[in-house]
Amino acid sequence: MAKMTMVDALNTALHEEMERDESVIVLGEDVAVDGGVFRVTEGLLEAYGEERVMDTPLAEAGIVGTSIGMAISGLRPVAEIQFSGFSYLAFQQLEAHAARMRWRSRGAYTVPMVLRTPYSGGVRALEHHSESREAYWAHTPGLKMVIPSTPRNARALLLSAIRDPDPVIFYEPKAVYRAFREEVPEEEETWPLGKARVVREGSDVTMISYGAMMRPTLEAADRLREEDGVEAEVIDILTISPLDHETFVESVKKTGRVVIVHEAPRSFGPGAEIVARLVEKAFWYMEAPVRRVTGYDVVIPLFAYEKVYLPSADRVLKATRETLATVA
Amino acid sequence: MPREVVDLPYQVEYLSILDEDGNLLDEDLEPDIPEERLLRLHRVMLQARRFDERMLQLQRQGRIGTFAPVKGQEAAQMGIVAPLRDTDWMVPSFREQAASLWRGQSMESFLLVYGGFYQGNEIPEGTRNLPVAVPVGTQPLHAVGLSYGIKHRGEDDLVVTFFGDGATSEGDFHEALNFAGVWKTPTIFVCQNNQWAISVPRAHQTNSKTLAQKALGQGVPALQVDGNDILAVYAAAEEAAERARAGEGPTMIECITYRLSMHTTADDPKRYREEEEVEKWQKREPLHRFQTYLKNKGLLSDDDIAKTEEEIKAEIQDAVDAAERRMKELEGEELSMFEHMYAEMPPYLKEQREELADELQAKEGTDG
Repeated sequence: MAKMTMVDALNTALHEEMERDESVIVLGEDVAVDGGVFRVTEGLLEAYGEERVMDTPLAEAGIVGTSIGMAISGLRPVAEIQFSGFSYLAFQQLEAHAARMRWRSRGAYTVPMVLRTPYSGGVRALEHHSESREAYWAHTPGLKMVIPSTPRNARALLLSAIRDPDPVIFYEPKAVYRAFREEVPEEEETWPLGKARVVREGSDVTMISYGAMMRPTLEAADRLREEDGVEAEVIDILTISPLDHETFVESVKKTGRVVIVHEAPRSFGPGAEIVARLVEKAFWYMEAPVRRVTGYDVVIPLFAYEKVYLPSADRVLKATRETLATVA
Repeated sequence: MPREVVDLPYQVEYLSILDEDGNLLDEDLEPDIPEERLLRLHRVMLQARRFDERMLQLQRQGRIGTFAPVKGQEAAQMGIVAPLRDTDWMVPSFREQAASLWRGQSMESFLLVYGGFYQGNEIPEGTRNLPVAVPVGTQPLHAVGLSYGIKHRGEDDLVVTFFGDGATSEGDFHEALNFAGVWKTPTIFVCQNNQWAISVPRAHQTNSKTLAQKALGQGVPALQVDGNDILAVYAAAEEAAERARAGEGPTMIECITYRLSMHTTADDPKRYREEEEVEKWQKREPLHRFQTYLKNKGLLSDDDIAKTEEEIKAEIQDAVDAAERRMKELEGEELSMFEHMYAEMPPYLKEQREELADELQAKEGTDG
């Protein structure tokens, strides 16, 4: 076991998989010589050479479009888009081709590629460097959308994403990159895509989140226990799409109350889909209206007001207390 | 003849007027710039350099956030905008501090934006500059649309757009040139080829010999200039502006320059480039060359420079003080994040604003 940051853990996964599988190719802007602007791809060029670790020209559609071709040819491209705010130049390639090649070719051609890209606010960045637009990708049939929340699950999910037979958008919470360390097992560990996890058991209320927002959510759960004697069950979604509703439906059947936390804008965000599934599958178990604690439906402000925009433990705590106080 | 060379209409010229030290290479090429404008150019160039240094210091002290330093590229920006009119438009990328200072943007506004306050993006009255565009290579298309509007109304203003060497790899860039060529718009495309797209050197960005020739492929004439020679940049811009105003369409100018500083303050160039290369370009940097030229012309003395330095230092200090005061004032204005999303705020957004207002009020109660 080694204590790692998320950057170290992701880097470990890339080294492990490039070592294990020669068809894995890493490409993107500044991923080779510079080792990635967040250093996630550090040391790959030295270890695997410039045929497998490529600094590309500055063109997001080019990176993704060529990755699709590579994937069809039998390679396993792990493409990096430097910030998710720049991934929209590649939107057409992902929506029109990566997501549909299997369908369009009747299963003959597949696109086993990963698009890694940092998302999330909270790092005092410039415009376009702080958004959370996971809903775009989760809304596209044919794409998988994964968001780890800790070093250990980041490593385990990235390994699974690279091995997955379908295209995976892998959002890395940059606010977590170096925020804390966690024990990551020496031996290879993979976590299945499409599976949420109960990270803390409880029977009073269900709190659902993912990515960078797991930290304020867990902090709120701690304070609920300490200050209110309330036991919250906390679920980490991990894969936004395909969404595992069984885990949270079972939990809500037990608790009857639910709070959903994400930093993406509220309207049409992942929380809306979670609520819809709860209404469809656990309606008669619900004891209070669902609460969403989210980013507002505005452009995320430049960093002076960023803290106020992002859901905080205080905001999560307040919403959860209100949910708990509701008597049907 | 079954197989012959096609005669293409354009070639790429390279223009330089000052040598590395700032002496005139060819007096016949010297543009006719009024004395008053030459001195103002010098003043703003010096201001841009010193302001850049001060911003870097403020960033290192944590008083502002990330920004993209302009050091070394002042001539490639100011030589372009200097011959233009106030009524012409400028469509920048994200490193155009020098051009923006020339075109009326305040130092305070930069400090606000890079201090994390979008209020710094308010457009000063009478200026025609679009805000910075961070996504690389996306904004030249806007310049083409703006210039189409000008042409459509029968006006003789023009639009200048700035982008870097990396941007020439983006599809949007090629689309912009192509549209401008087809529509014959009054657009000046300015590539500040500063040799590095973060860690990727120009030679790895594209296999083509020049970036200027990419415009030729779209039927748009283009030339290369010594981008650290303000006279060459000015002359090229003047010529492109004349063509644009005469209805002859777009031009691309590739300014050969160098990013002496980092890509942004979040970047460490020592990881990917040699110090000798930086030193080589340091010798060709634009400020001292322009100063030598002005001294040779008898327009500037060392005393003048020292005096100007003092004045600029005080102006920068005033701007920093004013910006920091303004930041303090703006600290409690978080609710402004709901403004300017739509012409009319939708009801659900009003609800969200109320939600945040209550939260802020409750917090104030607890903190107080």
